[in-house]
Amino acid sequence: MQELNTYLFVAVILFSLGVFGVMTRRNGIAILMGVELILNAANINFVAFSRFGGMNLDGHIFALLVIVLAAAEAAVALAIIINIYNNMNTINVDEASAMKE
Amino acid sequence: MAEFSFWFIIAVTVLSAAVVVLSNQLIYSAIALLVTLFGVAGIYVFLWADFIAGVQLLVYIGGILVLIIFGIMLTNRISSVRLSQTNVQQGVGGAIAIWLIILISLVISKTPWYQADAFEPAGTVAEVGTLLLTKYLLPFEAISVLLLGALIGAALLSRKEN
Amino acid sequence: MDNIFINYSLFILFLPLAAFVIQIFFGKRLPRQGDWVSVGAIFITLILSIAMFVAMLLDYNPAFKQEASFTWLDMGAFSIQLGFLVDNITVIMLLVVALISTCTHVFSLKYLEGDIRYSRYFAYLGLFTFSMNGIVLSNNLISMYMSWELVGVSSYLLIGHWFEKDSAANAAKKAFLTNRVGDIGFFIGIMLIYTAIGSFAFGDIFEGVAAGTLSGTTLTLAGVGLFLGAMGKSSQFPLHIWLPDAMEGPTPVSALMHAATMVAAGVYLAVRLFPLFTPEALLVIAYVGGFTALFAATIAITQNDIKKVLAYSTVSQLGYMILAVGTGVYTAAFFHLLTHAMFKANLFYGSGSVIHSMHHALHEKHDHETDAQDMRNMGGFKDKMPITYWSMLVSTLAIAGVPLFSGFLSKDAILAGSLSFAQHHPEHFLLPVFGFGAAAITAFYMFRMMFMTFHGKPQMPELIDDIHESPKEMTGPLVLLGTLSVAIWYTLPHFNPISTHGSWFTSLVQPMTAVVPGNLTAHAIEEGAHHAHNLAMGISIGVAALGIGLAVLMYLKKVLSAETWGNRAGFLYDWSLNKYYFDENYDKYLYQPTLRLANKIAWIDWELYDKYFINGFGRVTDWASRVTGKFDYEVIDQILVDGLGRIADNLGAMLKKVQTGKLQNYLLYVTAGVIILMIIQSF
Repeated sequence: MQELNTYLFVAVILFSLGVFGVMTRRNGIAILMGVELILNAANINFVAFSRFGGMNLDGHIFALLVIVLAAAEAAVALAIIINIYNNMNTINVDEASAMKE
Repeated sequence: MAEFSFWFIIAVTVLSAAVVVLSNQLIYSAIALLVTLFGVAGIYVFLWADFIAGVQLLVYIGGILVLIIFGIMLTNRISSVRLSQTNVQQGVGGAIAIWLIILISLVISKTPWYQADAFEPAGTVAEVGTLLLTKYLLPFEAISVLLLGALIGAALLSRKEN
Repeated sequence: MDNIFINYSLFILFLPLAAFVIQIFFGKRLPRQGDWVSVGAIFITLILSIAMFVAMLLDYNPAFKQEASFTWLDMGAFSIQLGFLVDNITVIMLLVVALISTCTHVFSLKYLEGDIRYSRYFAYLGLFTFSMNGIVLSNNLISMYMSWELVGVSSYLLIGHWFEKDSAANAAKKAFLTNRVGDIGFFIGIMLIYTAIGSFAFGDIFEGVAAGTLSGTTLTLAGVGLFLGAMGKSSQFPLHIWLPDAMEGPTPVSALMHAATMVAAGVYLAVRLFPLFTPEALLVIAYVGGFTALFAATIAITQNDIKKVLAYSTVSQLGYMILAVGTGVYTAAFFHLLTHAMFKANLFYGSGSVIHSMHHALHEKHDHETDAQDMRNMGGFKDKMPITYWSMLVSTLAIAGVPLFSGFLSKDAILAGSLSFAQHHPEHFLLPVFGFGAAAITAFYMFRMMFMTFHGKPQMPELIDDIHESPKEMTGPLVLLGTLSVAIWYTLPHFNPISTHGSWFTSLVQPMTAVVPGNLTAHAIEEGAHHAHNLAMGISIGVAALGIGLAVLMYLKKVLSAETWGNRAGFLYDWSLNKYYFDENYDKYLYQPTLRLANKIAWIDWELYDKYFINGFGRVTDWASRVTGKFDYEVIDQILVDGLGRIADNLGAMLKKVQTGKLQNYLLYVTAGVIILMIIQSF
């Protein structure tokens, strides 16, 4: 119930934390959690603009679609992680460094 | 009262988000993520986005988070509650995160956003539904296809080799 | 009429040179080794010279002169013109050279038959003819000097034709080097003249001297310098030492060069440049010439080698010519040059014929020890070699100065000139004494030679049957030149055998007045000579009779004994026989010290300069190259070049670590990059 900027700041913080998480966490699932944070931050932005920026309900639609996407993506990501786990017996992403020079 | 709860929810969200990314214990991160998602839903409520808040709770927490916890369970040899995991390159990552905050905050504060009147609809469910099937029909259908793809893909990926 | 002379002169000059070039490069491969090339070329030259001579006679103009010149070197402020000067003297001289050269070529066909370097000999003859004509035709001192040197070179090559003999090689060297000593003076003279006048051409020089640009001591010195060149070339005292040794060369060469032409070059130079000699220079010239005439004659009387007699005779006769130049009657010198060329060449050819015969006879008897040239081995050849005998007799009469023969006329003119000079300058009484004394002695030794060779009993009887006349290639020139030794040819169109007055020679070759201010005019000299003429004639006939008479008594009639007189003369005889020990003294006092000095300098050069200085350079360079090499390797190569490689290597290793293969790292980099861009952008 404040200004737009407040929500934006919150979204920024969430976003940064999410980026931090993606960058620093070793566990694949933890990285996934970071990604979820990022997506949520984006959603907050959308909805905030929908409220304050004259987007009416378009923002909501976007947020909705993002959530759907997040779900799909989470599903696929987990499937992949489980596959990796089955193959390498670990989901430490450091181990998955076949692209190393 | 509303003021206080607003700031409280924001604080909770941010703090638990911090816990998500900083905790060594995976389960703690998952629980913190749960709290964060709850907080975000609360924020949605403050933004008069009731439908989205609901969807958030249902899909995100009820679906995705559960899935994540399933993943945690399935991919760790759980012998105890403690599932530790360590972090790497925290220093640089932290610096980058902080810089991101600073920069984007600067951007936000300096940009003259277009401020329309605050949009405070009574209920959004009906509107969203209508929009989905009129204005945003194509994205809707596309998303359906995408979901289908994701379903198939996930199923395919997690199939055991015979 | 005009251009004919220059055109013919060009041919006359360059035909022998062409023959030389062809002979040198292709001679050996041509049939008969190419002698026909040389003979053909020289014969054409002779025709052209005769044509020019006839044209000159037809023109009968004493002042005839043709000049043509071109710029040889032009460097702005300094330019040298070369060119031809054709006047009566030139035409006569060209004829002399062509005639004697042709005779030599023809004579050599038989004399050098079978020689090992036959074609090269003819090539060198062509070169010599070319250079001699170069001297004759030049109109400036520089081209004369160049041809002068070339003549010296040709002389060297020809004298040393049989260079397997050490004596021949040494003689060639001696000839050339002695010439060079004279040429130093010549060159200094040229340079003195050039510095004062600024041109080498004769015409410019005479103008300059007349205008007084060059005068006094400098002019005298220049004149003496030029005369030094003539002394070297014409073998005057003290540079006379080379001519007797030059007899080592083939006899036709001696006839050509050392009788008629090359040695005459010095006289020719003096004749050409007569106008610029100061009285002091002329005095020097006269004394040198006169002394040489007498001095060489005194050596000739004791020589036993037939060619040596002729060699010293040549030196003596050249002295005569120089004496004539010095006393002012230089046209008489030129006249004597002309007649001397004829009879002396003839004498040489005759001696060549005799020697050829002797060689043949000795070869038949398988005798390789006896000297074929020693007159003591000859005797009584008169009946066996009649043509040779008679032609040589004619020439001997000419050289002895007997009336009716050419030599009488020319010698007479010279002696008249010297007598007239002494009459005007009584303090120089020695000059005619030299002249008449030499005349007497000349008559004596020439007839001695004739009697020893052709008369009397054969000294080696076993040889006499094999002595026979020479082939016609050799006797032809003898007859020709013998004929030319009689007086009549030179007195035309008048027939007075004892006077050249009105003859073609004296009409066409008129003396030029000296351009040196203060000298006697030509006219005055001529007048003086004319007045002294009769007296000179009388004395010269008298001394000639004296000399001939003594020779007859000693060698023909054997009334007086040569040995007794020789013993009585004692050390004089010894000195005469050994040519006054000139060569020995020169060696002791000149050559050896110079050689010692040269050795010392060579030691300095080799042991000090070369070893330390030059080698030092080498060592320094070596050291420097090693140091720079080391520097190049260790610093540049190792540090810089390899260092760059190492830096690249290290950088690569460092950067390699970026590619960890870890996704999160990449994400980090991306994000960091974005942030940095944003930061940059916002500032």
